[in-house]
Amino acid sequence: MASIFRSEKMALCQLYLSSETAYNCVSELGEIGLVQFRDVSLKFRIMLNPDVNSFQKKFVHEIRRCEEMERKLNYLETEAGKDDIEIVDQGDNPEAPQPKEMIDFEATFEKLELELSEVNSNAESLKKNFLELTELKHVLEASEVFFAERETEPSSNLDENLLSAEDGVTQGPVQLEFVAGVIERSRMPVFERMLWRVCRGNAFLRQQEISTPLKDPHTGHDINKVVFLVVFQGEHFKIKVKRICEGCRATLYPCPETSAERKEMIDGVKTRLEDLNTVLSQTNDHRNRLLTAAAKHLRVWIIKVRKMKGIYFTLNQFNYDVTSNCLIAEVWIPETDIGRIKTALCKAAELSGSTMEPILNRMETRTKPPTFHRRNRFTNGFQNLIDAYAICTYREINPGLYTTTTFPFLFGVMFGDCGHGIIMALFALYLVIKEKAIIAAKYKAEMFNMIFAGRYIVLLMGCFSIYTGFIYNDIYSKSFNIFGSRFHVGNVSKTAVLCDNKTEFMLNPADPAEYEGEPYPMGMDPIWQISLNKITFQNSYKMKISVIIGIIHMMFGLVLSLLNYIHFKKTIDILFQFIPQAFTEYDCDCEDPYMYPSQYNLQLALVVISIVMIPILLLPKPFILKQQNKNKMRMKSLESHAYEQDIGEESDHETSSHGKTKAVDGEGETVLISVQQESDHETSRNGKTKAVEGKGETVLIPVQEEEEGGGGIRVFRNIHTSNNSYYRIRIRLYFSYSILPTFMGIVSRPRSIVRCFVDDDFKKRFSSVISKYNTLCIKVKTKTIHCKKIPISLLQPYMAGGTIFVYIAFAIWSFLTIAILVIMEGLSAFLHTLRLHWVEFCSKFMYGEGYAFEPFSFKHFVEDEEGVTRSCRFISNKEIIH
Amino acid sequence: MGASAIPIILMTLLWGAVGIVLPIILPKGPNRSLLQCILIITAVSCWLFWLCCYMHQMNPLIGPYMHNSTLLAVRKLWDE
Repeated sequence: MASIFRSEKMALCQLYLSSETAYNCVSELGEIGLVQFRDVSLKFRIMLNPDVNSFQKKFVHEIRRCEEMERKLNYLETEAGKDDIEIVDQGDNPEAPQPKEMIDFEATFEKLELELSEVNSNAESLKKNFLELTELKHVLEASEVFFAERETEPSSNLDENLLSAEDGVTQGPVQLEFVAGVIERSRMPVFERMLWRVCRGNAFLRQQEISTPLKDPHTGHDINKVVFLVVFQGEHFKIKVKRICEGCRATLYPCPETSAERKEMIDGVKTRLEDLNTVLSQTNDHRNRLLTAAAKHLRVWIIKVRKMKGIYFTLNQFNYDVTSNCLIAEVWIPETDIGRIKTALCKAAELSGSTMEPILNRMETRTKPPTFHRRNRFTNGFQNLIDAYAICTYREINPGLYTTTTFPFLFGVMFGDCGHGIIMALFALYLVIKEKAIIAAKYKAEMFNMIFAGRYIVLLMGCFSIYTGFIYNDIYSKSFNIFGSRFHVGNVSKTAVLCDNKTEFMLNPADPAEYEGEPYPMGMDPIWQISLNKITFQNSYKMKISVIIGIIHMMFGLVLSLLNYIHFKKTIDILFQFIPQAFTEYDCDCEDPYMYPSQYNLQLALVVISIVMIPILLLPKPFILKQQNKNKMRMKSLESHAYEQDIGEESDHETSSHGKTKAVDGEGETVLISVQQESDHETSRNGKTKAVEGKGETVLIPVQEEEEGGGGIRVFRNIHTSNNSYYRIRIRLYFSYSILPTFMGIVSRPRSIVRCFVDDDFKKRFSSVISKYNTLCIKVKTKTIHCKKIPISLLQPYMAGGTIFVYIAFAIWSFLTIAILVIMEGLSAFLHTLRLHWVEFCSKFMYGEGYAFEPFSFKHFVEDEEGVTRSCRFISNKEIIH
Repeated sequence: MGASAIPIILMTLLWGAVGIVLPIILPKGPNRSLLQCILIITAVSCWLFWLCCYMHQMNPLIGPYMHNSTLLAVRKLWDE
C-alpha cells in the first residue's frame, strides 16, 4: 500500500444522478465516506444572475426543517439531562431516513415537544403554588409566636406608649394593625431601614428566619427567606407599609387576627400542601415517563436527523439541470476507489427503483487535487502531528511515514531512562489494549482524549526510551551491571589510597590494570553512575551522538527532497537546491574534531565549496523561473478566452524553510501572499536584512477560481497588467526567504541538535538528584552505618519504624517521578522532538501546500456534533467567497 | 584502541536481522510496506546509537573519578 508514502492519486469526476435516486445515492456515498464534493451549484447561475446566493438553493427548505427537528431533539436531550435520565446509546449506526419519513418525524417531535413544555409549565405553576402555601404556613406559624409573646406582656404597656402620642384623650386600647409577609433574607436590611425612615419609628417590625431554604420555581435555586410582621397604627401608615413591601419585593399574606382562626388556617394550608405534593409528584412522574420513553430512541433520532441534514447540504452542492431533471456534481475520488463508488451508486439507484443509472464520468483538470493519506489507527496519530505543521502538497512524499519511527527514536534519545520508559510504555499499553472500551465510553475530558488519540505514539516513545535508557545505562538514575564493569581498582592498594591524603581518585584508563582495553559491551559502563565526573564523560558522548543523529536526519530529509524533485520533474531544483544543500550539510558534519588526518585540508575545501554553493543556490533560480513564467504567460494569453480556464496551476513553490509563506502561484491568477515576520528569534540575532523590501508586505490580489467563467475573464485581464510588479515582489520574497534561512540554517543546525541533548542532560541531573535524595532519606531513617555512599541497591530497613519512613519516602519519590520526570520532562522532550521534526526535517523537503481531503462522511456526523456544524459551515463559507 | 569483536558482531547481526531479514520475510498484507519502513528505520537508528556508545568508550580520555570509599566498595563488591 503505497499511499502513505505519497498522497493518493485523486480523480475529478462528474456525477450525474436523476432526481429520484439522488437522495439515496448521496446517502450511500455518505456511508462509504470517500467522496469529496465540490460546490458547483452556483457555477452557471452566477453568469445569468450574479446576485444569487446560498439561500436560494434547491434544498434550503428541507434543511430548515431538519434544523428545526434538531432543535427539538436538543431540547429533549437537555431536559432529559436535567433529570439525569440516561440516553441509551447502543452505538449502532442507523441509515439515513427516506425523505418521506421526514413528515412523520416532524409530527412525532412536535408532539413530544408540546407535551413536554406543557408538563413543564404545569409543574412550574404547581411549584409556585406550593411555594406560596409554604410561605403562608411559615407566616402563620411565626405570627403565632409573635402574638403569643404579645399576650404575655401586659397590654397596657403598648397602649400607654401609643396613648401618650395623643392629646390626653383616652380612648382605651387603640387598635393596632399589622401586615405579615415573607421577604428574601438579602433584602431584609434594606426593608428594615426603609420602614424605619418612612414611618419615623412608628412601625414595629418582628422577623424570624425560615430555617429551611425554599426552592424558587423558576430557577430551581434555594433561597433563604425571612418572615416578618409589621405592626403600625393608622390607615395611611398601612398604605406606606404596603408600598414599601412592594418595593422590596416582599410578598404579603393575609393573617387572621385571632388565634383560633390562625390555627384553622394552618390546618387548611397543611392539607392543601399535602394535596399539592401528591399532584407535583404525579406531574414529575409523568414527565419522567415521557422523557424515558423518548430517551430510548433519542440517539437514533439525532443521528438520523443529522444524516438527513448532511445529505441535503450535499445535495445543495449539486447543479440542477432543469432540462433533463438530473443533478450534476463534481467530486474528488481516490483513483483506486472509483470502482467501489460505482458499485455503491448502482446499488443505491436500484434500491430507489429508478430507471436512470448514475453516471460517474472522469474529468481532466489542472486544479490541484486534495491530499489524501489513507490512515489506520496506528498511523493516524503520527500523521496528525505532521498535518499540524502543514498538509502535504498533492503527491509529495509524506513525512508521516518516517515520523512513525524517527519521532519516538529522537524522543528516546532525549528522554532515555529505562524506568520512566517502562512507566510510559505500560500506560500506553493499557490504553491500547482497552481501546475499544474507551472509545465506546466517549469520555469528554479533553486532556485525556488527546493522550488517548496519541496512544500509539506514547507506546513507541516508551519502548524506544527503554532501549535508549538501557544504552545510557540509566534506570531511575541507577545502572545495570550485567556484564561487569570494565574499570577495576586492582592496583590501587588500600594504604595508598588512605594515606595519600587525597579524598578522590581517578582510575586511569591507560593503565591495563585499571581499565580493560575493551569497552562495556552494551551501553555505558556502570561505573560511571557512581563516579563524580559522570556528567563530563556523558556530555561529550551526548554531544557527538546529537550531532551525528541530527546530521543524518537532515541528510535524510534532503534525500527525500531529491526524490520529490525527481517525481515532480523539476531539474532546476535538483541542480540548484539539492546539491548545494548537500554540500553545506556535509561541511557541517565535519566539525567534529580530529577524526582523521588531513582533515584540516578537507574542511577548508568544504567550506570554500559551501560558500561558492550559496550564490548558486540563490541566484539562478529566480531568473530561470522568470523566463519560464514569461513563456507561459505568452501561451496563456492566447488561451485567455477559453471557458474551462482551470487556473491554479502550481508552478513554483518558493515556500521557505522557516516562515509560512503561502505563495501559491497561479500564473498571476491565484495569488495570496501573506508575508509574516519571522517569529523565530534567530532572525533578529542575525543582522542580515538585505533584500528585505518584499518582507512585511501583504499583497492581496483577488482570488479567482475557475468556477466563475465569465467573471474570471474580466478579472484575469486586470491582473495581466500588474504582472511586472508581481514578479518583482516574488523575486524579492524569494531572496529574503532563501538567503536568510540558509545562513541561519548553518548556524542553527548544530544548535538545535545540541538542544536535544541538553534536555537529556538536565533530565539526568534532576533525576539523579531525586534518586539521591530518596536513597539518602532511606539510609538516614534506617540508620545504617555501613556502605553509606554506594547506591547500588536500596538498603534494607533495620528498624521497625523504618518501614513507615520507607513508605512515605517512596510515596514522595514516586509522585515526583511521575509528575515531574515522566510528565513534565516527557512533554518537554516531546515538544523538542516535534520541533526538530518540523523545522529541521520537514522543512528540507516538504512544501506543504496541499489542502486536506474532506470527504462527505457520516462518521463525523454520527460521533461529533461540532463536526456537523463545522463541515456545514465550511461548505457555506466557501460558497460565499466564490 | 580496543574493541572486542564479539559484541560488535552480535549487535550488528541482531540489528541486521531486524532491519534486513525481517522485512524480507514479512507476510504480505495491507501494512507490509509500512512495517518494512518501521523495521528498517528502527534497526538503523538503534544500531547506530549502540555503535556510537561503544565507539565512544573505546578510547576514553578520562576515567571515573570517585571518592575513596566508593573505590574501596567497588573493589570489595565487584572485583572479588
